[in-house]
Order: sequence, then structure tokens, then C-alpha cells
Amino acid sequence: MERTDLLNKLWEFQNKHGYISENAIKEIAKTLKVSTTEIEGVVTFYHFFHQQPTGKFIIYLNNSIVSEFKGFQQIKAAFEKETGCTFGAYNENPLFTLFETSCIGLSDQEPAALINFQPFTNLTPKKVVKIIKQLKNGTQLNTISSTVTSKIQYTPTDDKTVFFRNYILGNSIKKLQNSSANKILNLISKAKLAGRGGAFFPTAKKWQYCQESNSTKKFIICNADEGEPGTFKDRALLENNPGLILEGMIIAAFITGATKGYIYLRAEYAYLLEKLESTLQEFHKKGFLGKTILGIDNFNFNIEIQLGAGSYVCGEEKALIESLEGKRGEPRIQKSFPTEVGYLGYSTVVNNVETFAKAARIIELGSNFISAIGTEKSKGTKLLSISGDVAKPGIYEIEWGTTIRDLLKLCEGLSPYYIQISGPSGSCINSSEFDRKICKEDLICGGSIMIFNRSRSILQIQKNFMKFFKTESCGVCTPCRAGNQILYEKIKKFERGLCTQNDIDEIKQWGTIIQLSSRCGLGKSSPNSLVTSIAKFEDYFKLKISPLHENQHVEFDMESAIQEYDSIIKETQL
Amino acid sequence: MENVSFNIDGRTCSAEKGKNLIEAAKQNGIFIPSLCHFKQQNPLGSCRVCTVKLNGRATAGCTINIDKGMDIEVNTPELLDTRKAILEMMFVEGNHFCPSCEKSGDCQMQKLGYETGIRYTRFPHLFVERFIDAKAERIVVNQNRCIKCKRCFEEIKTNDRYQVFNFLNKGNKTVVTVDYEQEAKLSESQAEYAMQICPTGSILVKGKSVSKPFGNRMFDQGIEGKTIPFNKINKNNSNGQKKRVATTSLAGCFGCHMSLLDIDLGLVDLIEVVEFNKTPLTDIKKFSKRCNIGIIEGGVSNTHNFEVLRAFRENCDILVSVGECAIWGGLPALRNTIPLEDCLNEAYLNSLTSEENESVIPNHEDIPKILDKVYSNHEIVKIDYHIPGCPPNSNHIWNVVKNILFEEELTIAYPEFKYD
Repeated sequence: MERTDLLNKLWEFQNKHGYISENAIKEIAKTLKVSTTEIEGVVTFYHFFHQQPTGKFIIYLNNSIVSEFKGFQQIKAAFEKETGCTFGAYNENPLFTLFETSCIGLSDQEPAALINFQPFTNLTPKKVVKIIKQLKNGTQLNTISSTVTSKIQYTPTDDKTVFFRNYILGNSIKKLQNSSANKILNLISKAKLAGRGGAFFPTAKKWQYCQESNSTKKFIICNADEGEPGTFKDRALLENNPGLILEGMIIAAFITGATKGYIYLRAEYAYLLEKLESTLQEFHKKGFLGKTILGIDNFNFNIEIQLGAGSYVCGEEKALIESLEGKRGEPRIQKSFPTEVGYLGYSTVVNNVETFAKAARIIELGSNFISAIGTEKSKGTKLLSISGDVAKPGIYEIEWGTTIRDLLKLCEGLSPYYIQISGPSGSCINSSEFDRKICKEDLICGGSIMIFNRSRSILQIQKNFMKFFKTESCGVCTPCRAGNQILYEKIKKFERGLCTQNDIDEIKQWGTIIQLSSRCGLGKSSPNSLVTSIAKFEDYFKLKISPLHENQHVEFDMESAIQEYDSIIKETQL
Repeated sequence: MENVSFNIDGRTCSAEKGKNLIEAAKQNGIFIPSLCHFKQQNPLGSCRVCTVKLNGRATAGCTINIDKGMDIEVNTPELLDTRKAILEMMFVEGNHFCPSCEKSGDCQMQKLGYETGIRYTRFPHLFVERFIDAKAERIVVNQNRCIKCKRCFEEIKTNDRYQVFNFLNKGNKTVVTVDYEQEAKLSESQAEYAMQICPTGSILVKGKSVSKPFGNRMFDQGIEGKTIPFNKINKNNSNGQKKRVATTSLAGCFGCHMSLLDIDLGLVDLIEVVEFNKTPLTDIKKFSKRCNIGIIEGGVSNTHNFEVLRAFRENCDILVSVGECAIWGGLPALRNTIPLEDCLNEAYLNSLTSEENESVIPNHEDIPKILDKVYSNHEIVKIDYHIPGCPPNSNHIWNVVKNILFEEELTIAYPEFKYD
């Protein structure tokens, strides 16, 4: 067994026994010749691995903000009532164990939960009663789970649709046959393809770095760890057009000379595994994967799927590589690009699902087709996952440059007030910015758009986000690990009505410090939403603060400070 | 290797190409503080104290390899404040009770606290409950003090190259663990080395932790003539009449008052020019006149402390928090990680001297109510100046008082500024 197999091995134990026992950890450590604490460190990093026995059914209920607004609390209560278990507690019931989990990529069908990684969507307390009853009676899980179909709500006219147009397997990579790596790279470069995870790094450049590298081995990694809350566009692609993604990876391999590819699939999407694997087999059968692909000499490429195990930070490419190597998903320090030192030290290309799909379409349709759509700097179309207070949540394929206002019309936003762009790590906009365009020049977006109406509490949104960051931080650097927790406490203080203008100023200053000094993108962007919301919803926050007390200067909640003592005394008096 | 030239804060420096910035800066007489950086190691970039700007972009200094023409900012006001803030985050995230720490005086984090002049933290203390793991044969890991720098991961390996320390969990629940099986393989000197490279008092070796007396510890004296940076103190403007001083001890031990008496002959001078109002020294219980300066020892643990503190704020122009307890809770705040009910039960119901079914938790309308936790004074009222120490050095107190009342010039010598 190699270290790189560690996650798979741990999954084996988890699936077979419901947990990873101390003995299992010792056994693995012995085989890998490392200390047990090293393996334990990996197990405890990923929240889908457990060290205590779990029930026959593990229920993960999504606690993202969209779920919260759509009835998370009621669903949670219903699960607890029906199973007699408490969330987060082990050993309560041989049948069920309940956990909360961060966004599972079903924001258009919230509240949603995964039961043994099978999706259950649009939950209501009544549905929960029925599901638990059926499970208790021994009904097969897969007969009652929801079939997840991505609602593709909008695609542009045929001459402008890129992703969700008719797909014929192999149409794209067949163009490689009479071409050269440089010609293909040139096409990608001309179409100005930029990283679709949200960083907008020019894809052609990345591939070129890898192509020019002297590395003896090269790897192509598809980042399907779509963890940003509110994002589910990659799920739609994986489900509808998995072939397109594979073709994109094959094209990247053709250009760079890589021989091995990995799809790092988040465990939340484990139900897509079957389809992905059958597509891989189809590719092998047709000679699109394996040796001498398409009859091209020396063109050998294979793709393997690696299942994640529950960690948001692994969506960061350098953390993803660590995770793929069987380690804790701690982002490496920023010294060189993965194209220089990547997976196992070799030159590696990591791209988002959408980037590979788009690359395949560029080769298939030609760069002219793509260049005719979009804005000066952003060519083609963009997939958006829209959720929240809209009549039509789902997937939207829009032309780059579409305004928020047009988007709101398409998705039928219901009195939109607060819009979160690119998920919690992105930023928010208010109604004065609805004419802004989604593109590199104006409003950059990784794919998530959450729309909230006036009745939603902005503080609740920020609290949910900050709680997410403080749990999902990898824990290595001080500003992110401690800073997010400090900001979370500040939001709690806000909720209790104890904040003054000083606290608002402090949030801005502290946010800047965390952004400035954090080690990776997680900490550099975690205060974004809170800080921008304070600037953009000034009136809202004005109402939430109390005036400065001239003499005392600091607000203090005496009532809550003595409440505990009073109740203890009351109890002992009886 | 060839030498290259680069810029630090506008000064031209030169060092071997590829050299680590922290080392290269040191060669050029510029000190960049850091806690995780360790000369033999690959950069860890975990503590972020060495945050600098490279060509305008913030990054950890320890991860930079010198190259020709690099433009590096180290000591700009923004970066100095960021560094201080990161240290403050470490102080509030863990439970750093310097007065009760074996490593106090030899602690690199504490030393950086002195050098950056941290008197109190801008962030509220989080008081997270953490455990002390003493199960291993020699090594004790005290989570209260761990800053997760990862030095011990990289540097302490068994002779057959097994890792001894590692992280468990993620996010704000991340902790360092020690592998008992591997730890047992370490030699005595390897274990002591682990204690030595730990920048705080998190890794200790049983029976070896306290070795040197106060005054002789590594960071007690500092470089001669070194002073502690500080911000300007609000001054008292009323001239002429005799100045009035009030003092009190809230949840404190009166140790700071003892230190105040240690001013010795200075007290005789003081009596000439000031008059004491409400203070235990004169036993005046209530404010009879407005005071120029209020000196407060101890934090706020009950409703009475709270009322006294508010009365001080109302009756004094300048308030000074004196000592660790006043600044962030100090030793009484040890209870902040334990539920109040457990504390009260332990003290009154389950203690050795309490009799079953006879004992009660004291309560009467005349007895102050215990708060849910011990609060620092600046969480309750505005505090104008903080003097750390347990107790603070008497010279330090005296100099600050003189500065506030008589605008005498204030310098704080390094040995007079301590957290223990």
C-alpha cells in the first residue's frame, strides 16, 4: 500500500465498519511505516471519517445559509425526534447517527440531506417522518432517495450555448488527430480561457508552464471538490456531460504530455461516481483513454477518480494535491505553482471541472465561435448556480457580461435585497449595483449566486458564513484559525445588541489584518463578506448598533452575565 | 553562490542569492520577528508573525528566498501593527497564564510580546477549554499554550525517522498531539530538545521544566538600554492644586498594591504632592472628591467589582489597569474555561471541609453575585493605560503615575516590563 492510497483505505474501513477504529489506524500506520499519530491526523482532518461506531444510516444534514432560510431548524428537529438521536452524538441508536455538514451542492433543492451519501432533497418534516419510518422498516435506501436532476433553467440561443448543447462523445478530441500540441494550445489561448474556479488564471499559460516543464512525470487534476456554499454548477456538468470534462482533461494531457489524470471528486457527490466510472469505461472502449489514444503515437493517458472525505479547503489546489497524496489537506506555502512542483513533486495542472469542459468545447467549436460571445476579457458563457429567494433556482448558462438585473429577471428574483456573489468567500452587492455585469472586467464570479430578500437577516447570513470558515480553516496559520473565530464572536456580540460604532470599525480593521496575513486563499477571503456587507448595507448595521456611552464607553450585558448564577442559586434553593 | 542586492524598507541590502529572507535580513542588521521559523528547516509559514510585503504583496517572510532586485517592506506602520495583532491573536486564542507557566522568562512568544509592547490585547480572550496531556513517558503537552507553529513536527523525529508530534482535527479545533509509542523511543536529550525548540511552554519535560531563578532566565534582562515601545498616554491637564489618587483591588490579590508600596522612598515624595482619596491605603470607602487618576488592580468577577469599576470611571479622569488580572482576568480567569456551576459546587458543596447536605452556595441580597466569567476591566469601561505584570514592577507603576500627573518623561526599561 502506498501513502497515496490512504484516503481510499480509510474509506474502506469507514464504509465497512461505520468507523475507523484505533486498531485500523495502528494497522495502517504499521503498513505505511509511519507513526499512528500521523494517520490519526489525517482521519480527524476529514469530517466524513469517524473514530467511533456510527449507525447503519449516517445522516448528513446541510447547514448552509440557503438551507437555514428554507427550514433547516425544523428538519433538524424532525430528524432528532424521529430517530431519538442528537446531532453530532455517537452511540445513541444502532440504526442512525446524525451530523450537520456544510453545503452539499444542492442549494436549488434545500433543505437537503445525504443519507449514506444518497441525496434526499426538498425535505419537509412530514417527509422526514416518512423516510425514517421506511428506513426503520427495512426499505432499501436507493429505492427512496431523491433522483437529483439539475434544473437547467436557462441557456442562450443555440449559436451562443457552449456547455449545454448537444454532446457527441469524442467530437472534441478527434480534432487532436491532425493537429499539434502547440496549435491546440494556441486555440485555448485565443479563446482567452481563464480558470473557472474563480481565480481567473489564464488556462493556456498554466498548460504551457506544464508543457515546458522538464518534469519526468506530469499530472492533470480535475478539481471536482465543489465546496463553496451555494455552488452546484460542477455537479450539473458531472451529471449531464461527464464526457466533456474527460475530453478537456485529455486535451490538457495532449498539450502537456501528462500520462495520468485524477478527478478529485468531493464525497458529497459520491452518487455521481457510477455514471463517471461508466463514462470512463466507454472512453477506454473507444480508445480515447489508455495507450496510443486516437492512434496518436506516444499519447498515453489514464484517468482515476479520487473521492474526497469532507473538507472545504481541499478545493484549494495546493491543499487538494496534499490530500491526493494521502495527507491532511493543508495548503502548501505559496512558493511555486503546481506546474513546477505539484503532485508527488511532479509538474501538475489543476483545473476546475468547468474549465476542462470549456476547453473541450473550444477545440470542438473553434475559438472563433467562443470569441464571438461575451466581453472583451471574458469569452463565451459562464455557468451560474442560482439559489435563495428566487422562483426558479437552478443552473443558468449565461453569456459573460450579463447584468445582475437581467439575471434577476431570468430567475424571477423575489424582491431581491442582498446578493452574495461567489459564495461566502466572495462578496455581496446591494440594489444600487444591479446593473453591474458578470465578467472579468466588472463583477467576477466563481459560479455561486445567492439571492436574499428584505426579510432575511444579514447578520444571520454573516454568522453562518463565519461559522463555516472557522470550522473549515485547515488550522495551520494563526490569522485564519484564530481570526475567524474572533470575528465569529464579534457577530455573536452584534446579535446580542451590544455593539457600537467601535465594533464596526474593529471588524473592518481586523478583517484587513486577517486578509493581509493569512497563508492561503481561505483566510485571505474569509472576512470579505462580513466587511463588504458592513460597507454596503450601512443602514441595516446602523440600526443594529447602540450609541456610544460617553462615560462607560463599553457596552456590557449585566443581565446575561448574572443569569447563570441566578439559575444555579434558584436550583439549589429548591 | 553569487551575492545579490535587494531593498528592505528602502535600504540597499546584499546577501547570497536564494538565502532565506529572515537570515538575509539579520545579516544586514534588520530583525524580522518570527516564531515558527527555525534555521535548519524548510519554511513552515504557519505563525505569520514574520509577515512582510514583497513587491507590494503581503507574504510570510520566512517563505521568501532572496533574489536580485526584490523590494521588501518590513517595518512599515501597517506591518508592525499586523505583526502585533497576530501575536495578540495567539494570546487570546490560547490560555497563556504567564505567571503560572514554567517557561515564563524563557518563552519566545512572551519575549516578542515585550518587544512589540503588548500591554493588553485588542481582541477579547476566547477562553477555550484545552487539555494537558501528561500520559507520555517524559513529555507533557500543554494545549493551553500551543500556537501550532509546527516546529516540533519537523524537528523532532525518532532515530528511525518516525514523526512524534502531529496535528489532530482542523479549524479552530486543531490541536497538537504526541504519539506515546514514538515518544518513548526518544532519548533524554531529544526530549529536552523538543522542550527547548518549542517557542512557548507547550512542550515540557517532566522534572526538567523549571531550572533558572527569576532574573536569570533567557529573556529577563534583554539587551542593555533596550526600552519597550508604547503609545502616548492621555495626560491630566488640571494644574496647580494637589493631585488626587484613588486605588482599588477588584478580583485581585493585593499583590499589585504591595508592588505600589515597593515604590519605597518614592512614596514619601508622592505623599508631598498627591492626596489619596478612595483607596484601601487610607481606608476611605467612598469617593469624596473627583480624582485625577484611578489605579485598578484585579478584574471583574462579581457585581460588586462591576459597580466599583463604574464608580471609578465616573470619578476619575484617567484610569490605569494594573497587573494581569486587571488587564485580562489573570489567575481568577482560570475559571473562565470551566462552567460556573462546577466552580461553585467544587468550592462550596464538594470541598473537603463541606458537610453533606449542610453546605449551601452562599447567597444573600447583600452578597455580590458571581458573574458568568471574569471580565477584563476594558471590557466594562474605557481604560486609559495598562501596566502588565504579576505584580507589575514598582518602577514601571511609579514612572507611569509620574508621567500622567506631572508629565515627566516616560521610558520603560526592558527588565521592568514583564507578564509574570
